[in-house]
Amino acid sequence: MTQTEKGALTEGVYYILLSLYRPMHGYGIMQNIRELSGGRLQMGAGTLYGALNTLLSRGYIRALGGALDARKKEYEITAPGRAAVAAELARLEELLTNGKRNEGRNG
Amino acid sequence: MKHIVWKAYWDFEREEQWLNEMAARGLSLSDYSWCRYVFEDTPPGKYLYRIELLRYTPAHPESAAYLRFLEENGVEHVTSYLRWVYLRKPAAEGAFDLYTDADSRLRFYRRVRALWAVLMWIYLTMTAVYAGSSLFYLLQSPADRGQAVTILCYSLVFAAFTLLFYHLQRSPARKIRLLRQEKTIRE
Repeated sequence: MTQTEKGALTEGVYYILLSLYRPMHGYGIMQNIRELSGGRLQMGAGTLYGALNTLLSRGYIRALGGALDARKKEYEITAPGRAAVAAELARLEELLTNGKRNEGRNG
Repeated sequence: MKHIVWKAYWDFEREEQWLNEMAARGLSLSDYSWCRYVFEDTPPGKYLYRIELLRYTPAHPESAAYLRFLEENGVEHVTSYLRWVYLRKPAAEGAFDLYTDADSRLRFYRRVRALWAVLMWIYLTMTAVYAGSSLFYLLQSPADRGQAVTILCYSLVFAAFTLLFYHLQRSPARKIRLLRQEKTIRE
């Protein structure tokens, strides 16, 4: 993996990938992210559109469904996508572990 | 009932603010063509409006795909003007922002700034060309100043537009600077 591929995912992208462990369409993803983040993350439709296209071009997700102009196109995570999530989880655990260890130091 | 308002806006953020003020009063934009806004009566505060600048005109396949996606997500494409599209969403569904993270907001503001910057450079070039021509005519026939003055007047008009577009790119430029700064500390 190149340096950029090992870098952090944005939290929006991370939650998009989490949402797509089962097939979901755009509106569902936005709702799911809002729920997962307890209302903290309200993703804009424009941001979501850009992120989905980037994830598609990287092969982290795939589009499901037949005709190109099918209403409510659904998306699903791919194997490379799952690998990216796994790597991100490892990174987040490292951050969390170090953060918690630090908390004890200064009181 | 249709209400027609004639108004000229250069700054899209002020325009957007005005459209939302009108919508809060029960007048929702239903159509737009150059300087001519058409409003329809709706319950006050029913819609929230956003103005977006597309990369290509709405007819282009890429734009059409984006607008279709927005539609599937409850965002209605009300009307458009060149690459500008007027979008609205029911206020009952919550806040309406198209771009919510630094990267996509940066891309948006860069697109807006590029529009004004390109126009600024074109008009700056025209200013220089006409000013230079004016000087050339003056040097060629110092006695007959009429033509030189006429051309100088054109160059002043171009200069005024240059300043207008320079002014318009300042707000997005400022936002770009702030977002880039934000990106150095937050992902």
